[in-house]
Amino acid sequence: MNLVTREMPDLLAVEVLEDRIDAACAIQFKDRMREVMASASGRVLLNMSRVQFLDSSGLGAVVAVMKLLGPDRKLELAGLTPTVEKVFRLTRMDSVFRIHADLPEELRDAC
Amino acid sequence: MPAESRSILEGDGSVIHAQIGSDPFAVRDWLTGIFADARLEHLPEDLKGSAEIVLAEALNNVVEHAYAGTNGTILIELAAGAGALACVVRDSGHPMPGLNIPEGRLPAMADDLPEGGFGWHLIRTLSRDLTYCRQGGQNVLSFRVVCDD
Repeated sequence: MNLVTREMPDLLAVEVLEDRIDAACAIQFKDRMREVMASASGRVLLNMSRVQFLDSSGLGAVVAVMKLLGPDRKLELAGLTPTVEKVFRLTRMDSVFRIHADLPEELRDAC
Repeated sequence: MPAESRSILEGDGSVIHAQIGSDPFAVRDWLTGIFADARLEHLPEDLKGSAEIVLAEALNNVVEHAYAGTNGTILIELAAGAGALACVVRDSGHPMPGLNIPEGRLPAMADDLPEGGFGWHLIRTLSRDLTYCRQGGQNVLSFRVVCDD
């Protein structure tokens, strides 16, 4: 599970460098996210623009990552590709996460 | 072959047959390959996306529940028609509880958010003509996926 992180004053940006978050790697994704989030504080922005496919196990792992952050830190999402967006929409999880239509400006150069 | 799965596969084109092992990596490899295959790549992107979601959920259910982590074989048949993909998935694992397809009701959005229970909701939402039967010691799940409205 390849993740690239960039720490900013109030934000940890994590880019997923994988084509898929699925049943074969959902646990690994959650474990790697736990590791990279441990060293930072503040909100976490998950850039999923390289992820072409997410199944219900992957969705469950994203929810689990949000829970790992606890009540005081937020998990936000950006770069949802069409099939990934469809899974969030049909399960109404699009109402649970703040989903950025585009990457926030400060990240466009970096990611 | 059961009548309903024979009829669901009557499309314009030929039937694609596949056989994979009961393993999440085998599911991933097959899904990745089949939607890039020349026989399906002409289908609309939204149809391919929906079909990949439904097939992933159906196949992962077989891996996790029917075979429950044991070795087994999953047989898949696909037939592409005009704006639709018909699918039949067979396995020799445990039958569905009560020999019924789960309702697939979306889990409640309580304070403690659900981390599972989305799979059958996705299958039911994105498929048409969903049927399940137990035949000759096999689970047979058949459905069609059509283009978005």
